[in-house]
Amino acid sequence: MRQRIRYGVTAAALAGVMLAASACGGTTRGEDDGSGGGSGGSGEADPDAEIPEDLAISFLPKQLNNPYFTVADNGGKEAVDELGGEFKEVGPSEANASSQVSYINTLSQQGSDVIATAANDPNAVCGALNQARQAGSVVVTFDSDADPKCRDLFINQATSEDLATVQVEMIAEQIGGEGEIAFLSATPNATNQNAWLKLMEEELATDEYSDIEVVDTVYGNDDDQKSFNEMQGLLQTHPDLAGVVSPTTVGLAAAARYLGSSDYKGEVALTGLGTPNQMREYVKNDTVEEFALWDPADLGYLAAYAGASQAAGRITGEKGQTFEAGRLGEYEIGADGEIVLGPPTVFNKDNIDDYDF
Amino acid sequence: MGPEVDDPTTSAAAAPPERPAPTARVGAVGSAGSALRSLLRTREASIVGVLVASVLGASLMVDGFATGRNAGFLILDVTAIALIALPMTLVIITGEIDLSVASTLGLTSAVMGQLWVAGLPLEAIVPLCVLLGSALGALNGLLVTVAGLPSLAVTIGSMAMYRGLAYVVLGDRAVADFPFSWTGGATARLPGTDVPWIALLIAVLAVVFGILLHATPVGRSLYAIGSNDEATRFSGISVRWTKLWLFVVSGTVAAGAGVFWTLQYGSARADNAFGLELSVVAAVLLGGVSIFGGRGALVGVLAGVLLLGTIRNALMLADVSSDVLDIVTGLLLVVSVVLPTTLARVRERRPRPAPPS
Amino acid sequence: MSGTEETGAPAAGTAARTGPPGAAAGEAAPQPPKEHGAGDGRAGRRIRQVRELGILLALALLVAVTTLANPGFLSGQSVRDLLLGATLLTILAVGQSMVLITRNVDLSVGSVMGLSAFAVGVTFVSLPGLPTPIVMAIGVLVGTLCGVVNGVLVAAARVPALVVTLGTLYMFRGIDYWWAGGRQINAADMPDGFLGLARITLFGIPLPAVVALAVVLAAGWYLRNYRSGRELYAVGSEPAAARLVGIPVDRRVFAPFVINGSLAGLAGVLYAARFGTLDATVGTGLELEVVAAAVVGGVAIFGGSGTVYGAALGALLLSTIDAALPMLQVGSFWQQAVVGLLILVSIGLDRLLAVRAARRLRGGGSRGA
Repeated sequence: MRQRIRYGVTAAALAGVMLAASACGGTTRGEDDGSGGGSGGSGEADPDAEIPEDLAISFLPKQLNNPYFTVADNGGKEAVDELGGEFKEVGPSEANASSQVSYINTLSQQGSDVIATAANDPNAVCGALNQARQAGSVVVTFDSDADPKCRDLFINQATSEDLATVQVEMIAEQIGGEGEIAFLSATPNATNQNAWLKLMEEELATDEYSDIEVVDTVYGNDDDQKSFNEMQGLLQTHPDLAGVVSPTTVGLAAAARYLGSSDYKGEVALTGLGTPNQMREYVKNDTVEEFALWDPADLGYLAAYAGASQAAGRITGEKGQTFEAGRLGEYEIGADGEIVLGPPTVFNKDNIDDYDF
Repeated sequence: MGPEVDDPTTSAAAAPPERPAPTARVGAVGSAGSALRSLLRTREASIVGVLVASVLGASLMVDGFATGRNAGFLILDVTAIALIALPMTLVIITGEIDLSVASTLGLTSAVMGQLWVAGLPLEAIVPLCVLLGSALGALNGLLVTVAGLPSLAVTIGSMAMYRGLAYVVLGDRAVADFPFSWTGGATARLPGTDVPWIALLIAVLAVVFGILLHATPVGRSLYAIGSNDEATRFSGISVRWTKLWLFVVSGTVAAGAGVFWTLQYGSARADNAFGLELSVVAAVLLGGVSIFGGRGALVGVLAGVLLLGTIRNALMLADVSSDVLDIVTGLLLVVSVVLPTTLARVRERRPRPAPPS
Repeated sequence: MSGTEETGAPAAGTAARTGPPGAAAGEAAPQPPKEHGAGDGRAGRRIRQVRELGILLALALLVAVTTLANPGFLSGQSVRDLLLGATLLTILAVGQSMVLITRNVDLSVGSVMGLSAFAVGVTFVSLPGLPTPIVMAIGVLVGTLCGVVNGVLVAAARVPALVVTLGTLYMFRGIDYWWAGGRQINAADMPDGFLGLARITLFGIPLPAVVALAVVLAAGWYLRNYRSGRELYAVGSEPAAARLVGIPVDRRVFAPFVINGSLAGLAGVLYAARFGTLDATVGTGLELEVVAAAVVGGVAIFGGSGTVYGAALGALLLSTIDAALPMLQVGSFWQQAVVGLLILVSIGLDRLLAVRAARRLRGGGSRGA
């Protein structure tokens, strides 16, 4: 009994402390006390500066054993070889932010000149990236941006507008301009996918596409089996579905695999963003007519050139500065240190065999 | 308690030689000195020896390992594991296990994010979250002690449930706008050193847990419970109360680790620390604690945590790929258990009841 | 969704009350560690039947509710998908149950399955001429080898299974990553005949599901009718006693690990056939789901009791929940929480039934019928 009373007192005391804390106005949301931003975009650019040999350029993808990033990193290696630098690819075997932080710290400790990374969590890697920048590394993000405060440059694979437009055009053409469509996306908080979905919905709301109706959006969490299940659920929930758009490579491949082996093959159109290697079979057996993506090798290639240019002092990340990126030609830095790779590529039966990633 | 807590941190930071500091003091406190000496001659001694050898080897062979900065990174990397491993050691010594710790961490993080969005001050959120952890631990404890269910099954269930609730609370969103004074503060270093202040907290907790386990009647009763549940029940020790409290402590510490994790990475997410329970258990077992209970010492566990952290850190700095890290971790765990068992069998079979296969 | 948890308990609870009091079989064992032994007696069997009936009822109710909400759930395609989805988990749960029954556990199954699946893919790529059945056999063999490693370490070196398989979980996965080195094997790399396996149906049931059913029946038959099968229960109930009565405990512990490894290999082969896309992450984190399926199915985590039929039903129930929640328009976020609750309810139920049986035995059925 006495024990119980003691717990009661403790609990009451704790509650009191909390009440006091909230009453006296503790640290609440909306009164941010500044942030530990880095030093991005300062200093003078010297467009003629020499890119030094032996720059250590390291690639840190979301996950090491992900084929998409393997291709991107190999693109980076091509560029680093051209520049005469030292290429390195490191990364966690599972895509999570905390192990990525360990790798950022390691690269910083090793004195890497350029860290090119695709962030698993835009904020969780922020502190580590800024520490690396303070220690002298140039940080370039590609594919998935970190908080702009924590990196120097971001290589955007394609503008959201371009990607939304190309996907809307593809699905509209494949379903003959009318009918119900649905989206099979990655995760509900995936920044990229949400931006694209919003733009696609806006575009579909225009008069040009008035006969197309978006009936559902489901999330496969970029998990193969989950996407597969969600696709299956979509087709059963909406018997009149004419087409599905999946703006994520995992989702599109899983959806195609389901569609290709189901009774709906040929009845329901499927398009979105996918990789040629994963989609080759389904394009050839007519499950999927065409789909789009950027070339990840170019993405890595551009990231390496951008990082090297910044490390050499040719650019400082200011809007409007330009730099030369090997075989890809000249690029201009946009707002917030963003560099756009270019318009997406559409893959179909005719050209899919030209690509291997 | 000033001097003794300083020892482990500075030694861990600079180049952890042995870590006998906390236990040495413990020995002085209680009459457990001789017991400790015999402990140190066995499993714990070898694991500490291997740790010292790894640290020395890494310092000599790996560039950038033996620096204060890197030691700071290393400590932050193992913080969550080290914190959770302390109560886990006690739980396993009593013959139980708590696999729900990482999910408790995740749920705490999710709740922390949601409360922050709701506008509560952090000063109130933090104690609330820690209390939540105590409640989650208490639920495990009640199911194990009152309902008499096996903790392995219970905590597999609550592991799924707590993680699921974390998703229910926060979905796939991330809350990341915590004030810098808190997030930066979490990873702040002790003035004038590269040692994160959290190392000090870990050291203090380690000393507290060490005294509790090795120098108090309660601690001895934990061993008694672990080696022979039945007999202990008749000896006047309240097995149920003890176990219930251990689960509460385990949940509380896991929640504290969750708060720290959220601030450390500045990102509240439902999937934070996914899969961490296995790393914690691996570290505890590597430290010489018997999975069947009744045997183990805290100094071994701390050495186990640091050994895994050191090896990961050193191999990463040496550009060994993450695949090999997994193989090494697994191999280490198996060898650490197979070797002593086999050696003991080869030497002479003591009339000890063979483990249930 | 809430249908599942609520129905699981009361349905089986009622059944337990109406069942006749388990007669004088087994021994009255009020303390937890011993009552698993009662699994051998007639009372134990009754409990198990009640238990399995409970899962079946929960399953039926879930299917009924989902079908009411969405008639498409029982369409041919949907049922085929459901069965295919449950195939892998069922096969893995059967193997895991056999290990659990001997009071051990195999946490490495997810890694073993991933390694086998990748082995199948690599073999197809590097030896294109090899006949499909041989490649499939290689996949199963890889799993078997992993099982032998686990078995030797546990049975011969006498190391706790939890520790060994936690270690091999990391090791096998690491080997998989190392081997794959970022490669991905795509559907185009494997012959159509192999990938078509998942599309073959026997009487409308997909071939992999038939394989899973065969595995369940074979394992069930073995455990029930073979001396060595029965001895697995004895080993799990009381290893020391089993040794005393002359059961070759080490061998009885070793065999389930090997069988479980082979079944994980088989699951890997079926995974490759069904999904066509393979990388080193296949099966990550699956181990706890498999254990959960067995536990939901009434297999005691400390050995000595449970059947593979129960485990298979548990796997089917978990897979059905996965498939039903999106159809019920339940946020997918609830899924894991529901599964967790289901596990807790299941083990609570097991305990309740055991206590009840023990009380009846003691009280001579005074509270019975």
